[in-house]
Amino acid sequence: MTVRHMSIARRETIEGYLFLLPWILGFLFFTAGPIIASFAISLTDWQIGLPSKFIGLGNYNRIFTGDKLFWQSLKVTGVYALMALPSGIIVALGMALLLNQKARGINLFRTIFYLPAVTSGVAVALLWAWIFNNQFGVLNWLLSKVGVQGPAWLLDTQWALPAFALMSLWGAGGLMIIYLSSLQAIPVELYEAAKIDGANPIRRMLHITLPMLTPTILFNLVTGLIGVFQTFTAAWIMTKGGPNYATYFYVLHIYNNAFAGTRFGYASALAWVLFLIVLILTAAVLRSSQYWVFYAGEKE
Amino acid sequence: MHSSNPVKSNPANLTTSIHTRARSVDHRAQRAARNRYIAGQILLYTVLIGSSVILLIPLLWMISTSLKPEDQLYLFPPVWLPDPIQWSNYTRAWTTVPFGTYVSNTVLITSLNIIGNIIGSSLAAFSFARLRFPGRNLLFVIMLSTMMVPYWVTLVPTFIMFRLLGWTNTFAPLIVPGFFAVPFYTFLLRQYFMGIPRELEDAARIDGASTLRIYAQIILPLATPALATVAIFAFVHHWNDLINPLIYLTDQSKYTIAVGLTAFRNGYQVRMNDMMAASTMALLPVLILYYFTQRFFIQGIVLSNSKG
Repeated sequence: MTVRHMSIARRETIEGYLFLLPWILGFLFFTAGPIIASFAISLTDWQIGLPSKFIGLGNYNRIFTGDKLFWQSLKVTGVYALMALPSGIIVALGMALLLNQKARGINLFRTIFYLPAVTSGVAVALLWAWIFNNQFGVLNWLLSKVGVQGPAWLLDTQWALPAFALMSLWGAGGLMIIYLSSLQAIPVELYEAAKIDGANPIRRMLHITLPMLTPTILFNLVTGLIGVFQTFTAAWIMTKGGPNYATYFYVLHIYNNAFAGTRFGYASALAWVLFLIVLILTAAVLRSSQYWVFYAGEKE
Repeated sequence: MHSSNPVKSNPANLTTSIHTRARSVDHRAQRAARNRYIAGQILLYTVLIGSSVILLIPLLWMISTSLKPEDQLYLFPPVWLPDPIQWSNYTRAWTTVPFGTYVSNTVLITSLNIIGNIIGSSLAAFSFARLRFPGRNLLFVIMLSTMMVPYWVTLVPTFIMFRLLGWTNTFAPLIVPGFFAVPFYTFLLRQYFMGIPRELEDAARIDGASTLRIYAQIILPLATPALATVAIFAFVHHWNDLINPLIYLTDQSKYTIAVGLTAFRNGYQVRMNDMMAASTMALLPVLILYYFTQRFFIQGIVLSNSKG
């Protein structure tokens, strides 16, 4: 009996790992392997066609002390994160509250609000470059309708980065859907109890809705942070990092070193710095969450 | 009651013979509440419709531009309705670059990735959801944490690996990785598989069905909605992907739509109407898919938001 039981367990173990093979191999070849390889390569001076040369931490030394573009790309990415992440969360939350109303035809509006989120990539970047056109773009036409003379957007070092943030808000519907599904999971009894206690809509919002949504806000903040540090397509298509490096996002610097300059060692070092930055920022956000994220009841 | 009293217009009221003062006040309060409700609805719909118009303007602008004759492109204030509608922009966009080739390349790469993503991720998800073995929970946590690794960290070494294999300028680097489990999809499918009742599976086991049979003939058919969600996400992702085709493909005959569009723009003095026609053609499949399969998009979000 025990022997038979053992063999069933062992069989399930073998089968478990066999079924898991697509992930285990993918993890080894396309995640863990490259991360380690990336670190090894980052310790070398390696250009295509030339033998690689071990230079220790030389690349890292150059990144932090001799590479103005690294600091510029970090600044651009950081400033963009500060603009795009909070405004994205607020707009998405506002949309979700709006679409959580019971009203006829609300599903049609949900479809429309989410629509921009499914479009992405080169076509959308080309479209927005045209929207931001300073002379004939539709955005400056709309602004002129309300009496505002629009800036030159992508051609203006001051306005290029805000233009990217504005474009990202168009896709806020993607976050909105996540908030909406969280809103609908809030127990109705909480609101009923608060109503009986005489809480007005504003108090119900501040003391029920927002606290119950904080885990979702945390999730969106973390994924948003990782996403911001990988902004590539829009920047590469719309500005190539310009004007005067005003939209020189971090990964453009990696791209230029790796694939335009074929400096693999240096690009790998940049990638590892990116990895560490994202790791530290994520850890910091997760740590801060104990002060502002509310977990209802720890039911599970 | 004065005839001017609005209460009188309520037919239910006319049949009642006695109106006490108290009831009239009660009615007034009800009317006020109803007026507030109507005002609220008007406000709600104003905001909803206003926001929808703002959100749709970019796409309408794209379509409008794509149909304009040249002399109406660069005008301020812009013309919204092209006159005449110039459909030939689409044929020109299709023929000045080998757009048909781009489309067939993209279709090939995208469909193979959808198949690969579904097979690889569902196998791993089945293992996480249904099989018991030592190390399972640890591996699951490792998989979740790899979702935090920025794609760009692994991009350079992966590129070097494929270069050493001599796979650059082929579709292989764009297809082969797709057959390994994608952590996000694996997570989604695992959540869904966990919700499938075990009874069916147990019955099949008693009848002597193998694990592979249970996966293929019981779990997968029951998980069709979740598989559809993964297929749609994979479609949108690979259809729009720029960076991978950009670094691996060098021949124009191998380009995908995404790379082709960038070449289209950089290639020559391109007209905005042609470019918007090309963009519209690139976005159209995604928009059509979204129109018909919205619920699967939403379901994916709900699944990823659920705790397991």
